[in-house]
Order: sequence, then structure tokens, then C-alpha cells
Amino acid sequence: MSLPASLPASVPASVPATRRQQLAAGVRDSFSAGLGILPLGVALGLMVVQAGLPWWLAPALSLSAFAGSVELLVVGMAATVTPLGAIALTVLVVNFRHVFYAFSFPLHVVRHPLAKAYAVYAMIDEAYAVNAALPEAERSAPRLLAMQVACEAYWIGGGLAGVALGTALPGPVKGLEFALCALFTALALDAVRSRSELPSVVLAGASVAAALVLTPEAALFTALLLFLALLLARHALAARRNAGRPQEVAGSA
Amino acid sequence: MPSTPYLLAVLAIVFGITFALRAVPFAALRGLRTSATARHLAMWMPVGILAILAVTALHGTITAEPRAALPALLAVAVTAGAHLAFGRRTILSVGIGTTVYVVLVNAF
Repeated sequence: MSLPASLPASVPASVPATRRQQLAAGVRDSFSAGLGILPLGVALGLMVVQAGLPWWLAPALSLSAFAGSVELLVVGMAATVTPLGAIALTVLVVNFRHVFYAFSFPLHVVRHPLAKAYAVYAMIDEAYAVNAALPEAERSAPRLLAMQVACEAYWIGGGLAGVALGTALPGPVKGLEFALCALFTALALDAVRSRSELPSVVLAGASVAAALVLTPEAALFTALLLFLALLLARHALAARRNAGRPQEVAGSA
Repeated sequence: MPSTPYLLAVLAIVFGITFALRAVPFAALRGLRTSATARHLAMWMPVGILAILAVTALHGTITAEPRAALPALLAVAVTAGAHLAFGRRTILSVGIGTTVYVVLVNAF
């Protein structure tokens, strides 16, 4: 390795050790995500009230879907009594991106079956992102779950606040939803820990550029699909390069 | 005003599909955890997915409010700058970037 030394793997100066510290770390992880989730939740609550739907739909939707953007779509569709089949198709297409998270979401740190089910249910973009930016050594079940529970609390709380504000406020402060953009930017920077990450960044850049040109309406989904395809090609290439050497990577099936 | 049974059906559909989309891939991958392909993907995906989320979130912001393209780009630059300059404190970087955007969008 001739690269300028990035953070070595063995600097666990602040790795939370006790269960309590891990829970606290998880809640702290959730704060930055909360800056994006809370305003979105308020927007959802406002939408429910403005669409003339019963107030309980905001928390009920947040609990049943817990998926952010798709809920805003569903509120609009439910208000006009859209056929259930059309709603199902929309949810399927918009949320399909979650399929790609399974490859790298650290579900294996969670042992208890119920906790595992919750971690999967609560695997929103923000939860995936906050976790992806953490070094493997700092991950733990309490930390992950505390972060997810806190995120869900922000989402439901924001929705209820939106419902309450619904009649009183002319409109929410414009532009707060940018917090989501800023969050992903900061986390992407955190994930680039060494130069060995650069090929992935370049492939992701190419994927998202192509997706924005080809299908601007479904850019996220197309980009993830292209990125997966490019990584599979990269894997095939790496495997072929290793084929000359003693087999160690290709062995396990 | 939609009926309550209709709304309950909507909730059930939304829950079923979203949960299945999140859960099924884990079940499908269970046997593959140790495969070289799955290990490579687990190693290479996070940084790329974060980059893709960042770009598509920015694109979504600009699409929703085309006049906000310049403020949005500026705010992303400020976020990144603050993140690298002030020791990668995510809440601080997100707070500064969002404030810049909100001020720019509401002031002009």
C-alpha cells in the first residue's frame, strides 16, 4: 500500500462499549437524520389535513409504511380515492430501491428475531445512509435500533405536528427539505475513507449521470440498478484477474 | 371523503409491499453471505449508494423548485466545505448547509 495512510482500522478511541453508550450513540446518530425527517413529517401532516383526510391517517401511514417520500404520494392518491391496484403499483415502483440495501445493510449485528424484523421494517434511506457511513467496528444492535426508533419517532412526531399546524399555519418554512440533500452529501463524504473507494464513487457517478439522462423521473431506481450491474461487472473482472493466482476469493459458494 | 375501510386497505397495502421489498432480499441473500460476489457488493456498495442518494436528492430539490438550482448547488458546496473544515460533525454541516439554502431561497 503506497497510499497516504488513511484512518487505520485500529483507532477505536470512541467506540461505544457498554449497552448504554451504544444506545446513546444510536440516538446521537439519529440527530442529523432527524433534521431531514422532521420537516418531511410536518409536510406529511399538513398534506393530510389539507387533503381533507382524517388526522389519524398521518401517524397510521408513518407506522404502516415508514418510507418517507412514498407516503406523500399515497396521501394525494388516497384523497382522490385512487383504485387500490394503482396505489399498490406506485408503492412497489417507488420503494423498489430498498431491494438494493440488503447487500450492505448490517442486519447480521442484530440477533433477536423480533429486533431483526424491526430493523428490516425500519430500513429507511436515512437509516441505511447513517449506518453505511459508520466503520464496521462501531456498529452494534443497540446503536442501530436506537437510531431507527428515534428516526421513526421524528417521523411520527413531525406528522402529528404537521396535523396540529395544519389549520393554523399558512405554510411551512420553504426549503427545510434541503436537509435531506445536505445529510446525504455529508454522509457520502464520510464513506470515502480511502482511495480504494474511488472506483465505486466513479461507477456510482456514471450510473447516476446516465440515470438522470435516461429516466429523470425514476433517477434513483435506475441509478441503483446500473450501479449494481457495473459492480457485478467489476466483480467479474476482479475474479478473472485473480484466476491466475491461487484461488482464495472464488472458492466459497 | 374516502371511507374508513378504503383507508385501512390502503394502509395494509402500503405496509405489505414496503415490508416485503425490504425483507425478501435478506431472505434471498441468506445463503450467499459468504459468497465472494456478495462480499464484494457489500464492500463496494455503501459509498456509491450514498453518492447516488446525494445526487438524486439534489436533483429532486432542483426539479421541485427550478429557480432554486443555484442556491441548491451553493448550499451543497457549503455543506461539503463545512463538513471537511469543521471535523466532520454531521449535524453542524447539515445545519449550516440547510440554513444557507433556506436563507437563499426565501431571500431572493
